[in-house]
Amino acid sequence: MPQLTRRHALGAAAATALTGLALGGLAQTAGATSDPGATGHEHPDVHAGHGGPQPFSETFQGRRIEGAPSHGDAHHGGYAVRIDGEELHVMRNADSTWVSVVNHYETFTTPRAVARAAVIELQGARLVPLA
Amino acid sequence: MTVRKNQASLTAAEKRAFVDAVLELKRTGRYDAFVTTHNAFIMSDTDNGDRVGHRSPSFLPWHRRFLIQFEQALQEIDPAVALPYWDWTVDRTVASSLWAPDFLGGTGRARDGQVAEGPFAVSGGRWPVTVTVDGRGFLRRALGSGVPQLPTRSEVDSVLAMPTYDTAPWNSASDGFRNHLEGWRGVNLHNRVHVWVGGQMATGASPNDPVFWMHHAFIDRLWAQWQARHPRSTYLPAARTRNVVGLHDVMRPWNDVTPADMLDHTRYYTYDTMA
Repeated sequence: MPQLTRRHALGAAAATALTGLALGGLAQTAGATSDPGATGHEHPDVHAGHGGPQPFSETFQGRRIEGAPSHGDAHHGGYAVRIDGEELHVMRNADSTWVSVVNHYETFTTPRAVARAAVIELQGARLVPLA
Repeated sequence: MTVRKNQASLTAAEKRAFVDAVLELKRTGRYDAFVTTHNAFIMSDTDNGDRVGHRSPSFLPWHRRFLIQFEQALQEIDPAVALPYWDWTVDRTVASSLWAPDFLGGTGRARDGQVAEGPFAVSGGRWPVTVTVDGRGFLRRALGSGVPQLPTRSEVDSVLAMPTYDTAPWNSASDGFRNHLEGWRGVNLHNRVHVWVGGQMATGASPNDPVFWMHHAFIDRLWAQWQARHPRSTYLPAARTRNVVGLHDVMRPWNDVTPADMLDHTRYYTYDTMA
């Protein structure tokens, strides 16, 4: 079991409603999950039992992608993703997979995977700021 | 009475009339209002909050009403026009007449995904893409790139065989017909087609591609076929349910229409064939 820190406890509180629903659908949707550039190595992003993905920051195909917990808007699953500083609208599904407004009809296992998929889809284009 | 036909059976004149009406809606700015509405619902419909247009039981009646509104807007321009439907279990390759230059145009070019042929190519000057999540002002597609295969007839039949309309928790984790048709679970029908087309069709602003309407007209027809196969099944939930549109609750953004009002499509249009 991962050690329970204060930050994890806050994240767990925010995600309680999500994780309760998450377990049922996970196995069924795994087969349909598309996850470019991401493999089993993505596991360290997610703390099993808390459901809150960790922050990330990296350069992927020449774009700066970042993700971090956010308490501003529950619609984003309590997590914000940015590409070159502009926010990518992301959403957490009940089974703990993720979608973004750029790839809205396929699911990804982590916010990092959804950010990488958006970079591929954007082909260098800038995100329009969220309204 | 409006008759929605298989796009593959349209005459050249019918294709031209449909395309012309769509282009005229675009010119007047009314088309982009539909794109804006769809994207707003996509971004606000959440599995654990209010959900109306997607990932919820009202996915089907919401899109039925949305398509009726769009079809009525087309008919204000040309009363002879009806929405065609795209049976992607049959017309499942880029060689389909659907993607010919006299209709929707084909896939995007390799460099930037730009659709360079047909009435919706940016070079024609009549299809600026303005309601978008990125700066690109042209229609894009990548047919068959995001996922190689469109759903098959047997996959469709396996979903039509499901007797229960929808189940708690009434979202993307649900069992039942609606969520399997929508595609968050199982063989994946509706969602997979969006991904197969690619470009704007894979985004929240998917109605930027006119194929959106033909895809959803076929999804709508599958709902009608499911009703015919399961006459004892109906829309669920019947009772008021938190965050979800029940049978007799009004749906945003119209606020004057309920799922119950949408159950019988023949009040508004019929299909060329239901077989």
